[in-house]
This record gives sequence, C-alpha cells and structure tokens, in this order.
Amino acid sequence: MFHNGETSIERRSARSTCVDTKVAASRMTLMSDAAPKTTPLYDEHVRLGAKMIPFGDWIMPVQYSSILDEHQAVRKNVGVFDISHMGQLVATGPAAGAWLNEMLTNNIDKLEVGTGQYTFLLNERGGIIDDLIVYRTAPEEFFLVVNASRRDEDFAWLQTHIADGVDLKSRSADFGGIAIQGPRVVELLQSFFGPDAALPARNQIKKFDYQGIPLEIGRTGYTGEDGVEVFFPAKDAALVWNEVLAKGKELGIRPCGLGARDTLRLEMCYPLNGSDLSPERNPIEAGLGFFVDLTKPKFTGRDVLLKVKENGPAQKLAAFRMEGKGPPPRPHYSVFENGERIGEITSGTLSPSLNYGIGMAYLDAPHAKIGSKIEIEIRERKFPAVIEKKPLYKKS
Amino acid sequence: MNVPDDLFYTESHEWVRREGDNARVGITDHAQAELTDVVYVELPKVGAAVEARGPIAVVESVKAASDIYAPVKGTVVEVNKALEANPALINTDPFGEGWIFVLKMDSPDDVKQLKDAAGYRKAIG
Repeated sequence: MFHNGETSIERRSARSTCVDTKVAASRMTLMSDAAPKTTPLYDEHVRLGAKMIPFGDWIMPVQYSSILDEHQAVRKNVGVFDISHMGQLVATGPAAGAWLNEMLTNNIDKLEVGTGQYTFLLNERGGIIDDLIVYRTAPEEFFLVVNASRRDEDFAWLQTHIADGVDLKSRSADFGGIAIQGPRVVELLQSFFGPDAALPARNQIKKFDYQGIPLEIGRTGYTGEDGVEVFFPAKDAALVWNEVLAKGKELGIRPCGLGARDTLRLEMCYPLNGSDLSPERNPIEAGLGFFVDLTKPKFTGRDVLLKVKENGPAQKLAAFRMEGKGPPPRPHYSVFENGERIGEITSGTLSPSLNYGIGMAYLDAPHAKIGSKIEIEIRERKFPAVIEKKPLYKKS
Repeated sequence: MNVPDDLFYTESHEWVRREGDNARVGITDHAQAELTDVVYVELPKVGAAVEARGPIAVVESVKAASDIYAPVKGTVVEVNKALEANPALINTDPFGEGWIFVLKMDSPDDVKQLKDAAGYRKAIG
C-alpha cells in the first residue's frame, strides 16, 4: 500500500539515469518549490551507500546493493525497509469509530482492540483518495497508516469532515517506521524480545519496549511474506534501524529500497496508489471490493459503488505475464487483443522471482478474462502476454 | 570507478573503442553502476545507418528503460548477440564482454570530438 509513480520511471536517457542525489534533490526542489523531505533514517541510508532518488516530495533510497538481491533477501530470508515517510494519524474519542466507519470503506466494527484492516478513503464519486491500514489501538482510539504521497491530503480531507466527539492528530513528523519482511522475521523479533515473546498475529498490533524505546509492531506488510511494520519515535529511528541490521546479520538481512518494495508488491498484485489507484478509479474496478462493506448504511462513495457493483465496472484491473522473451512491461504501455486496444498498463516490471515480465493493466471489462491472450505494445512492436489470476507469485 | 585510458567517451555514458575504421561501443562502468541489474537489451539491426547522438539501442534495468546513443555517425556492422541471453554482461564486464554494437564510422576522425578518459573522469566527478 503506497505511493505515487516515481519508482516506475518508464523511459529516460542514459544521461538522465545517471542523476546523483544532489542533482535529483535540486531538480525536485524546482518541481515542488519546497525542500525535499528526508526521513529520520536519511543519514543511515547515505552511510550504507544507498542510491537516493526523489519520490514525490521525498528523497528516499531506491536500492542499496541491487534490486534483485534485495528482492531475493525478502523472499528467502529477511529485509528491512524505511517506511518513515508514510503518514501516521491517530483518531480518538467516543465518536471516533462511528465517524471512521463513514469515512472509510471497510467495517471498523469488525476490529477488536489490537487488530487492523486494509481499507479505502474515497471521495464522493467513489474515487480512491488513499488506501491505508487502520488499527483499533484502544476501544476509542484508532491508528491510521497512510501513503506518504497522500498524508497531507488525507489529513486535510479527514479534518474537513470531522465530527463532534472525535479528535484527529497527525503524528507523522514525530514518528518513524520500518517494515521488516521475510520468512525469518520471527527469528529476528525473537532476538529482540526472547524466544517466548508473544508476537502479534496477522493483522494484529502490539506494544513492546526495547531498551526504553516504545515500539508498536503490526503484523502486516507489502511484500507477500510474513512480516511486520514497526513504529517508534523519530528520535529513536537510527538506533532501531541499526539494531535490526545488526541482529539480522546472521539471518541474511538486507536493507531494501523502494525498487525491491515495488517488485515484491507487484508480484503479489498489491496496488500502488498513484499508479494502480487514483481518484478516477474505485475499489471495485481495482478488484478490491473485498475491502468495501456495502452493507454499512452510510460511507462516503457508497451510492456510486452500489451502482458500479450493480452494473459491473467498465474496466477492471487485470494481472498479466509476458510470454517468451521480450522487454519488461512498463506503466502506460498500451494493451491489445486481436488488434483492438483494450487498455493501458499501470504497473509493470521484470519479476525477480519468476524471471519474466509481469504487470497490471486496466482493461475493458469484457476483455479482462483470466487466460486471455493479449499483446503489449513496446516501442511500436507488440509482444504476447496472457492474463493471469492474482497473485502472480505464489509461495511454493 | 574504472575509466580505461585507451577509450573515448560520450556525455551520455557510452564508451568507444576505435578499431581501424570501426567503433566498438558499450556503456561505461559508471553507467552500469547507476542502472544496476540490466535485464534486457534491445540491440540495433546490422546495416542500420545512424547519426551521431541518435538513439540506437535500449538498455533496460528493473526500474528503467534507457536509450543508448550512437557516439558517431556510421553504420551498424556487428551486434553483441550474447546480451540477448545474458544482459547482465553489461554489469559484470562493461568494457569487455558487455560491448553492445560495432559501427563502421563514416568519418573515423569523428572520435576526436569525443571525451578522452581524463575528460570523462572529470564529467562524472
């Protein structure tokens, strides 16, 4: 769950590929007219030799060693990502639950204290402002983890629609976060908290103390592997990050950048806001109706989604794989079937796990059938592909 | 960063090895390090005529597709088919096995317009 399309740089010259951090930073300053934002882990990334790139308003690591190596570390061992750029909002008060149930698509009433759910923040047209995770951290307290590129927008939207009996705060500036993902994550957490530590179960969040540092650990992620997201005060970020790398060393841990984060999530067909999701797209088109509870009496966008559900969406977000050798598919390439243009790619890459090109595309609904043979147009040539069931990567 | 003294260089990070009237072309160690993980190379066609600084090939990493430009005017006489099976040769041996194509130069003196190793080292800081 996150972010705009900055990681999917489709086509640029070798010259422009070779931007160093300084050039990237100054160019971004020109674009956004504001200093680029850095996370509390910026110095650690530079020290580790990460390639830093502009990502929305941020300067973030795209990779440390190699996207392929970092990807495999997460699939086989464990990897750690800086997610401090993501927004952290807290809603409290006697009316907070009822209010969030009208703001978000999933059903808050299903959340017991200490559990979370994936959900959407929609506009009145049913379009997606953001996808996020909301945890119930106390009977009348909710913790929202939102996309970096939308965190100011989300907060402003929620403030505009605030209700009596709800207090909404952003703690984004004062908190950091990391994602630890991979099959050896439990071993790593046990090295922090002992072999008998009561770790959170999937979608649960729990509080821990490590050397006096308060940690909140949610068992979730964006990679398809077992994993956690850990949140802590910004001032403790470097200590936590370095302890994770030190304790993870013998487990084969790698620091991982946005590049691997993107290939990992795309193999699982997890959507990227700004690429696969936008205010012009709704969760049903995106194939994510599971996270919309239409039985709730009232929530923003509900009327539109009921109609979409009844009539069927005009387009659907389909997953596909390339057949045979060819260039990797990339965002904005056109998709054809029998010579007819049926849609456009929103995410595409070479899958490091599968070693062929994969992607997702919005296709006219009648064409979005699993098993259909399609073609991807790349530099004026058409390459064969086939529509596949989600996720594209299945653990063996 | 490796910048061999006996080659010529472009601002767009191609290298040129002069072989008589021919120019063997690849991308520099610096360029491959920036791209990392080359996963696909679109080679030019043998016989294609190309202007200096014209796009002629494409090198794709996991994240990005990057145009490769002809350093000088000429005609493609050879391409490195080994890159089709093993594009990572560009990462492992950019100045050797990772060469991309050979141009027969219209005017071999054109290489003198390119940077020498010292000039390229300065350009990449």
